Parts: sequence; C-alpha cells; structure tokens
Amino acid sequence: MGWLNAVVQGVLLGGLYALLAAGLSLMFGVMRIVNLAHGVLAVVAAYMGYFLVDKLHWSAFLTLIVVIPAMAGIGYVLQLGLLNPALGRGGLAPILVTFGLAVVITNLLQQFFSADTHSIQTGTIATDSIHITDDISIGVFSLLTFVVGVVVIAGLQMYLSRTRGGRAMRATSDDKDAAQLMGIDNKRIYAKATAIALGIVGLAGVFLGMRTQFSPTAGDATLIFAFEAVIIGGLGSLWGTLIGGMVLGVAQAVGAQINPAYGILIGNLVFLAILAFRPTGLLQKAVNS
Amino acid sequence: MTLLNVDAIDVYYGDFQALYGITLNVKQGETLAIIGANGAGKSTLMKAVAGLMTPASGSITFNGSDVTKLPSYKRVPMGIALTPEGRRIFPSLTVEENLLVGGYSKRTGPWNLASIYDAFPLVADRKDRVGLNLSGGEQQAVAIGRALMSNPDLLLLDEVSLGLAPVVVEQIYAAMPKITNAGTTVLLVEQDVNQALKIADRVQCMLEGRTVLEGTAQSLTRDQIASAYFGI
Repeated sequence: MGWLNAVVQGVLLGGLYALLAAGLSLMFGVMRIVNLAHGVLAVVAAYMGYFLVDKLHWSAFLTLIVVIPAMAGIGYVLQLGLLNPALGRGGLAPILVTFGLAVVITNLLQQFFSADTHSIQTGTIATDSIHITDDISIGVFSLLTFVVGVVVIAGLQMYLSRTRGGRAMRATSDDKDAAQLMGIDNKRIYAKATAIALGIVGLAGVFLGMRTQFSPTAGDATLIFAFEAVIIGGLGSLWGTLIGGMVLGVAQAVGAQINPAYGILIGNLVFLAILAFRPTGLLQKAVNS
Repeated sequence: MTLLNVDAIDVYYGDFQALYGITLNVKQGETLAIIGANGAGKSTLMKAVAGLMTPASGSITFNGSDVTKLPSYKRVPMGIALTPEGRRIFPSLTVEENLLVGGYSKRTGPWNLASIYDAFPLVADRKDRVGLNLSGGEQQAVAIGRALMSNPDLLLLDEVSLGLAPVVVEQIYAAMPKITNAGTTVLLVEQDVNQALKIADRVQCMLEGRTVLEGTAQSLTRDQIASAYFGI
C-alpha cells in the first residue's frame, strides 16, 4: 500500500483545496481584500446543500443550480453593502469586517443547525472508485472534484485574460482611478468579482459537504487550508493556487501515510517551509500594494 | 458651438484652494491649450473636467448637460477622455489590452485598434509588451491611444511632454493633426509654451489658480506670455 497512492490521492484532494481557494485568490487579486469569512461562507454553502438534500430531498448535485447563484447574489450584495464602504478606510477595515462577519455567521449557523455535524448525502458516487493497479484506486468523487477544480481555475483564468469584463477587472486591480477614466465603475467591478468568488465558494462548499462531515465551526480549518493553498502557489496567481492546492493535498496525504495523525501537521509544516524559503510562493507574481 | 463650458469653478484639496473661479469655453473642433508654471492649477482643472475632483462651487457643462457632480466613469460614455498626468498605463496589461480597456465604453467613431496602430507606429510595434516594460515615450503614446479608443468628443491631454526627450515629444505631437482632423476637440495642458503655441488655436495662461491671460495663439506676443507665465 503505497506512497504513490498517497500522492495520487493528495493531488486529487488538491483539486478541492484549489476550488476552495480560488475565490480567496480572486478577491485578494482584484481588491486586495483578505476575506476572513471565506471559510465560513463555504460552510454556509454546504448547509444550503444539506438543507435542500435532507429536508427537500433534492439530489446532491442538483443543489448546485440554487446554491451557486444564491452565493453569488450574497457576494454581490455583501460587496456593495459592506465591503465597498470598508475599502478606502485603511487596510485593516475590510479585514475586521470580514472577521466580524465570520463570527456572526458561525453563530447564526449554530443557532439554526445546532453544533452537530452533518453531511450531504450523495448516494453511491461517494464510494464508487476506479481500479488502476492493485495499489491505486481512484475515487470517482475525488476525481470529479479535481476535474471541477481544474475547469473552474482554467475558466476563471480565461475570463480574466480574454473577455472585456475580465480585462476591466485586471485594469481595476492595477489602478482603480485610471480604470475609472476608462469608464469603468470600480465599485461594480468589485461587486462582480466578489459575486464570482462566492459563486465558486458555493460550488466548493457543496463539494466539501459531500466529501466530509461539517459543523458550523468547520469554516476555520477550511479558511486555513484555502489560505495555505493561495500562499504556497503565490498571491494573485490562479494557476499558482491550483498548484498550491495540490502541494498541500499531497503533503497532507503523504503525512497521513506516515502516521494517520500527522496529515494536517505535515501540510502546515510544508506551508511554513514555503513561507520561510520562498515567501512569494511557487509561481511568483509581483504583488503591488 | 460650445462643447465644454467651465463656469467659475473653485476647487479645493482639503483646506488648500487650488482653483479660484476659473472659467473657460471650448468650442467644437478647436484646440485650447492651458499653459502655466508648476502649481498653477492646470492639472487640477483637468481633473475637475474629467471628474476626478468635484468643484466646491461653479459648474461644468458638457454638450449641453451639467456634469459638475458626475463621477469620471460616467463622463467617459458621454465623450470625455483624459490622458492623466503620469500616464497611468495599466502595468500588468499588454499595450493592446490597455487600448482595449480604453474602448470599454463602446463608443463608436474613427478610432479602433487598427487606426490607433496606423496613427502611432510606435504603439503598434509594442502591442504585445506589458505596460510595466514601456519607456516613458511609449507609455505616453499608449496613454493617448487608450484615451482615443473611447472615441471622445473632448480629449484632455495632461502634460504630454513631461519627462520626455525632445525627440520623443516631437514624435508624439506629430500625431496631433491626425487627432484634430478626425474632428476631436482637444483641451491640453502644457508647460512647453512653444509646443502649445504650435498646435493650439487658443491659449489660456494660468497663475496660482486664476486665469491671467487668454487669446488666440497668433495674437499673443512672447512678452505677454512670459509676464503672464511668471506673474511679473
């Protein structure tokens, strides 16, 4: 039972981390906002999925057509109502707003759903697997998560580099005042970026809920893993975020192979090592403040 | 017909008053140059017209509508484009992407990628280079091209020659007739009085936030300009 298997499973797990981290990366890239509510918002999406599946008996994947737009809508309103006013009041203001938001949401989730753990029932896909060799078999759900992660990152990258809206977003990220001189309303662009980020969080949260059990406080660990993926890959680089997710996933899987209790520890150690020896991340991209 | 009417505007930076009741008119199709020394308030005036600063009093009328309080991103679709002081090229975007962002407002007219490349060969040569890696002259040419991409009725040029080698300034000004011949009205700020007199129909000279001299480019003598410029 091998190391190779651990690496393969780690890479696949990295797809989920990349999915969780993509929105964080986008919001930081466009607005320099560090969204500390990112993890708990993913948990909100998981609870939405859980509610639709458990109470209304929807099939797990069908919930995405509601959860993704709902989260995107929340993102749009959140940016216009709460984060835009916080921007331009110093670097600390948006961080404090998102921190406060995380605390509020966590407590609301506890109020409505209790502190018990839940998960989204998916049926047989949770246990189906593809036999590769005697040592390696790949879970269908893990593979699906990975593919979705890669597709989302590639799609987002395409949007940013090839479309009118994406170019406007990058221009706003470079210089918001100059962007306004091009006829771009930077507040709307920010709202759009947060809507996209939270739409991806919605997708990631439902996948998270299908993969593992979650409780209202699961956002903390989710946020940390997403952060680590972003930092390992390099701030502001989406492909870097994908690679960062895979590095973190592999580190955790190999760590767990050494000793089942070491998985998260080894992941954190790899993250710290990257911070110490290559603080700009693996795919470095200059971040102008 | 008057395209732009600035009527007695006062503009402040906090407690510091930069403009004192500045009034100016720009007619459709003409080129007006604002000249003056450092700190005369020329760039502040441009910012007020572009919508980056809001006057405390007075009004700005463009094409018959009051734009005094409109933010800059709403003025671009109406036909006002500024090449800002310091050029402000988007550093991570390529030259071509910079131009495309300039056309964000989707106004139609004579200017598009092809006609910009035709008017500014310097820009065409550099189209795949990112903004960060451009020289000052290249940046200035891209900034003008980027502003033209919105097919403005009024083009605001702020300190085109600032920090550029004379030969580069010549190259950039060589493209000016192509812009004005396309019917674009130009309001430019320039410290280089000779360049300003060469291309402008009218000149307005500012000193410490006030207009001290104005007239057609031909009618003003060098002595008049010199004394207005330095306030002697």
